[in-house]
Amino acid sequence: MTERRWRTSALAQLTLLRYREFVREPEALFWALVFPVILTTGLGIAFRNQPDQIEHVAAVTAPLASALTGDPLLAVQTMTPEAADQALRRGAVVLVVASAPDGGVSYRYDDTNPDARVARTRVDRVVQRAAGRVDPVPVTDDRIREAGSRYIDFLVPGLVGMGIMGNAIWGLGFAIVDARRRHLMKRIVATPMRPRDYLLSFLIWRLLLLVFEVTIPIGFGVFVFGVPMRGSLLEFTLLCILGSLSFSALGLLIASRARTIEAVSGIMNLVMMPMWILSGVFFSAQRFPDAVQPFIRALPLTALNDALRANMLQAVGLTGLVPEVVVLGLYVVGCFGLAMRLFRWQ
Amino acid sequence: MPSPADRTVLAVRGLKKSFLDVQAVAGVDLDVSAGECFGLLGPNGAGKTTTIEICEGLNTADEGEVEVLGLHWKRDAAALRERLGIQLQETQLADKLTVLETLELFRSFFRQGPAAADVMRLVALEDKQTARVRTLSGGQKQRLALACALVGDPELLFLDEPTTGLDPQARRQLWDLIDEFKRAGRTIVLTTHYMEEAERLCERVAIMDHGRVIARGTPRELIASIGVEHVIEWSTEGTAPDLAAISRLPGVRDVRVGNGAVLMQVTHLHEAVPALLAELARQGLALTELRTRSATLEDVFVALTGRHSRDD
Repeated sequence: MTERRWRTSALAQLTLLRYREFVREPEALFWALVFPVILTTGLGIAFRNQPDQIEHVAAVTAPLASALTGDPLLAVQTMTPEAADQALRRGAVVLVVASAPDGGVSYRYDDTNPDARVARTRVDRVVQRAAGRVDPVPVTDDRIREAGSRYIDFLVPGLVGMGIMGNAIWGLGFAIVDARRRHLMKRIVATPMRPRDYLLSFLIWRLLLLVFEVTIPIGFGVFVFGVPMRGSLLEFTLLCILGSLSFSALGLLIASRARTIEAVSGIMNLVMMPMWILSGVFFSAQRFPDAVQPFIRALPLTALNDALRANMLQAVGLTGLVPEVVVLGLYVVGCFGLAMRLFRWQ
Repeated sequence: MPSPADRTVLAVRGLKKSFLDVQAVAGVDLDVSAGECFGLLGPNGAGKTTTIEICEGLNTADEGEVEVLGLHWKRDAAALRERLGIQLQETQLADKLTVLETLELFRSFFRQGPAAADVMRLVALEDKQTARVRTLSGGQKQRLALACALVGDPELLFLDEPTTGLDPQARRQLWDLIDEFKRAGRTIVLTTHYMEEAERLCERVAIMDHGRVIARGTPRELIASIGVEHVIEWSTEGTAPDLAAISRLPGVRDVRVGNGAVLMQVTHLHEAVPALLAELARQGLALTELRTRSATLEDVFVALTGRHSRDD
């Protein structure tokens, strides 16, 4: 009768409770499993690496416009100076080309906009060549487009890391505070149930969900966008588990004392917001000033994202990821230990 | 060997507890014997829930001793939890579980006890076996909460306000259920602010007010102790009656105005009613309402505190 024994264990029943509360809440299913796919698709399309992009520019005289139409990577429109300025402000064009009083040409553009800088270089090349400039050094372009260095390759590991963080922190935070708010936790504590089983059921359930949370976006990235998985799959799995454990511990700590959903939501956002921005989900964390790098390195999501990327894109083994693994491990031990001391059961 | 009926299963001595600067429990002593249904009653805020939660090991006392089934919470918490059945005030069980799933969950916490399905039948919820908790009525939820307290086959059952917020029919249904547990020989400690509930269910009661026990005994003893057998409630129309004259009538213990009517506590109805009618005729007043009833625990509370136990 092993089936019966299994059914009557408190840990199994508590894990079943997690499962039932999850599958009977369609919104939770959507946010945890479907949303990451939508997000990956959307961002993959928006930031797909294109061959040179066509730049829209405005010319204020017809001769200037006709001179520029020879370049296939420029879309040129002839406009009055006023219309051209308006188009520039709207972003319909990135550069306005006009005649200068000294007989030359003037460029009006925002030099902090990379597209505008590209447009200026192209327009200037056309203008100078039309005036007779000859480039003294012959050049040839040798173009490589390798899987693993595209934006989507950078993005997918970051989204997996962000998903592991969000699901662990939200999953634990809401479930624990909701049980506390409803006095359900107090009622359960009034039975002989071991508190250890209660917390363990959350971890077991998180690890079961992790299988889906990771394989769905990774599978999608690999099969739809050809994102490489160059490192050891076993080590990748271990990194995901370690990441999920560290965010579960953090979620437990966040939920250890809060009595209302509003309070815990506030703390969760406060904790996660810096990591969404700083930890290299959508763009590299290296872009931030050196002074804040030690702080960014100490964030668990930075450690997880860096480790996942190194595994997937560069096939770095665990021995090359010691700092990241240590950071994640410290969060597991530190947050769990602190949460156990602070946890409010009633 | 003492007989089971004499065995003390709950002993509370000098219990005190305060929250910030509010003294919730200010020195309470209680003794509950095996097999009895003991009621802790009093208005909201009297300290009943704090007292019972300390007995349940869910709260700690500032001062005083609590002995449950001969054991102490500090040393024997794990063993005690196996032997107690507890229903808390205001617990909302997991909305998304069904009735049977909820009972299986709670059953899994206890080493021994009846099957979840048997407890479900005991509280007459078998028709609701696969219904989600969210869809249950107030009375059904309360019966499920009661069933959750029974899955460990407890020796002592703590029920905190088991019928608060229920309609009269659901309340009677729950009373019948508690009667069955009593017949099965279980010891029950319940709190309530409904005096009629304590009178209906409890062999002995302790009335609490402001964190203290102000009276204790059987409901009959307590009612007898105020020296009042009957209560006459009446009202008149027109000018207000002269109550001073009425309180001087023979056998009248107390006269007060409450809820738009006059409440008179009297020792003998056959003397008091004719005297009252004669007095009202002398004052030229016509009765619009006249009711008599036997004295209740509510009258005991009013006699002891000068207030009603409920505002409604």
